[in-house]
Amino acid sequence: MIILMIRRLVGLLLTLLAVSALIFLVMALLPGDPAAIMLGTSASADTLAALRQQLGLDQPLLLRYLQWLGGVLQGDLGRSHTYGVPVAGLITERLAVTLPLAAMAILLSVLIAVPLGVTAAAKRNGLVDLAATLFAQAGIAVPAFWMGLLLILLFSMQLGWTPAGGFPGWHAGFFAALHALLLPALALALPQASVLTRVTRTAVLDVLDEDFLRAARAKGLSRRAALWRHAVPNAMVPVVTMLGLQFTFLVAGAVLIENVFNLPGLGRLAYQALSQRDIIVMQDVVLFFAALVIVVNFSVDLSYLWLDPRLRSGKAFS
Amino acid sequence: MTSAPLLRVDDLAVSLRLADGRLLPILSDISFTIGRGETLGIVGESGSGKTILSLAVIGLLPESAAVSGSILFDGKPLTGLDDKSLCRIRGSRIGLIFQEPTAALNPAMTIADQIAEGIVLHRGTGWRDARRQAIELLDRMRIDQAVRRADDYPHELSGGQRQRVGIAIALALEPELLIADEPTTALDATVQQEVLGILTEFVREKGVALMLVSHNLGVVAHMASRMLVLYAGTRMEAGETADVLGDPHNPYTRGLLAALPGRTGRGRRMASIPGTVPSLAHLPPGCRFAGRCADEIPQCSQDEPAWRAFGAARGVRCLRALTTESV
Repeated sequence: MIILMIRRLVGLLLTLLAVSALIFLVMALLPGDPAAIMLGTSASADTLAALRQQLGLDQPLLLRYLQWLGGVLQGDLGRSHTYGVPVAGLITERLAVTLPLAAMAILLSVLIAVPLGVTAAAKRNGLVDLAATLFAQAGIAVPAFWMGLLLILLFSMQLGWTPAGGFPGWHAGFFAALHALLLPALALALPQASVLTRVTRTAVLDVLDEDFLRAARAKGLSRRAALWRHAVPNAMVPVVTMLGLQFTFLVAGAVLIENVFNLPGLGRLAYQALSQRDIIVMQDVVLFFAALVIVVNFSVDLSYLWLDPRLRSGKAFS
Repeated sequence: MTSAPLLRVDDLAVSLRLADGRLLPILSDISFTIGRGETLGIVGESGSGKTILSLAVIGLLPESAAVSGSILFDGKPLTGLDDKSLCRIRGSRIGLIFQEPTAALNPAMTIADQIAEGIVLHRGTGWRDARRQAIELLDRMRIDQAVRRADDYPHELSGGQRQRVGIAIALALEPELLIADEPTTALDATVQQEVLGILTEFVREKGVALMLVSHNLGVVAHMASRMLVLYAGTRMEAGETADVLGDPHNPYTRGLLAALPGRTGRGRRMASIPGTVPSLAHLPPGCRFAGRCADEIPQCSQDEPAWRAFGAARGVRCLRALTTESV
């Protein structure tokens, strides 16, 4: 199993390398000369050439890629053209918004989906099951940014419970910051939770017919205790797998949601860098997202060992 | 009988409601008793309804089941009890051993925890104490190095060891009644003897009444003082094991006996009962064994014969029993 994990890790690192090359290529092929966009249309050919040289744009593609990659490996992410500061600091600063946002979204998603999915499975064809089905349909149909707009309309405009956007910063107080993140996190969480509810329901239904649940009941456990202590732990592998897959969509959703709610996070940084052709920031942020997704997926793989003891010994269960 | 039996089942019938709303009868006209410390063998092929009978007694039938008749445990009715009251009896006063130990153990929980869980639940003991008791039980189940194996997961054990864990779970609270549903069918022949030995030892020592459900006449003959023969959801014959096996009155019981491997020594090829158990959805109008029976007469396929009790605690369901000596 350890060998399997090491192989998986090596595979993921190779994936990351391929991703870095792809990112670099896409950025390089993006229409529009970054120097021209930065200087505007009135710039002279000389200034343009000077800037291109300063940015290293006059050098061959492969060399530029290797220079960037070498820097990243040494922890030097380069310097933003538009902000004039090191990209590493920029990412760290923006992470203080995006990371709590993502964590809150995942937490909300799990807190909604798992109890709802488990109850739907336990009382199949009951009212909760019907509600869960409707929720799943709606959640799949409604994208996160649209959900965000609806939530703003309801909770900010109509009820006035939460700010419609913006972020006061963590120095404004822990709860004030959390309060500002609540609505965007919910907008990200709801579509995810709807899919996760569905997965949880199916996974729990799959184990409900197992003999060990009947055995748990034969010990004298109540229906509820047997469900939560014996069925749910055995249904978690597909749920965690789905969470890992959803993380990718969460990252993509964060870019949109941060723009809808005007949050100074990584997604917004990526969006701004793209519109300003701040290529190095773009490359670094996208590479960072890719690394994050890969790390999360690897963690999901590791969690299987914890969730299913049968995998620890690497022996198949007869 | 001076004292009331521990378990008294009267006119039990169980039907399952199908998806289309029809009722499928699984068991009908089942009556038997088990005294304290007594072992009753219940014999039947697959499809005879013996597993449903086990589940009915411990109150774990699927929700689609409709039950009639009565089940008295220690003089009090189990049928009609709410789940909360049944939970207090299950595990503590009635234990259940499953046919497939692999499927009956939670793959994500250590074996000590699975044994300890019932002790914590019913005795209110702390987990630490309950685990210590679980290790003692594992030791008594002759699991080597019980202390070290306690934190094993089910997949780390052999089939025989898993079933011993299953027995430990069922006996952890020293129940008055133990239901063993084909406890050794899933095991290798050599392991079967060992597991049955451990089970017998424990049952005798603690005076536990045993409802032993098995298709294996040999096992029942060896372990049970009385036996009940089921066929296609109803009882065919009952009585003291020695009487039933020594002088079977129902042709089905005789067929089962003839099919035992040990009985083929007299130059005959191993006998088998022709045909298969009828589907419960399409039971024949008369006797359920009609069509497969060696002693069938035309009346057999008209009305289902009634259960007739005779002698000392014996009974049979067959038109031709007790009428002619030749049968």
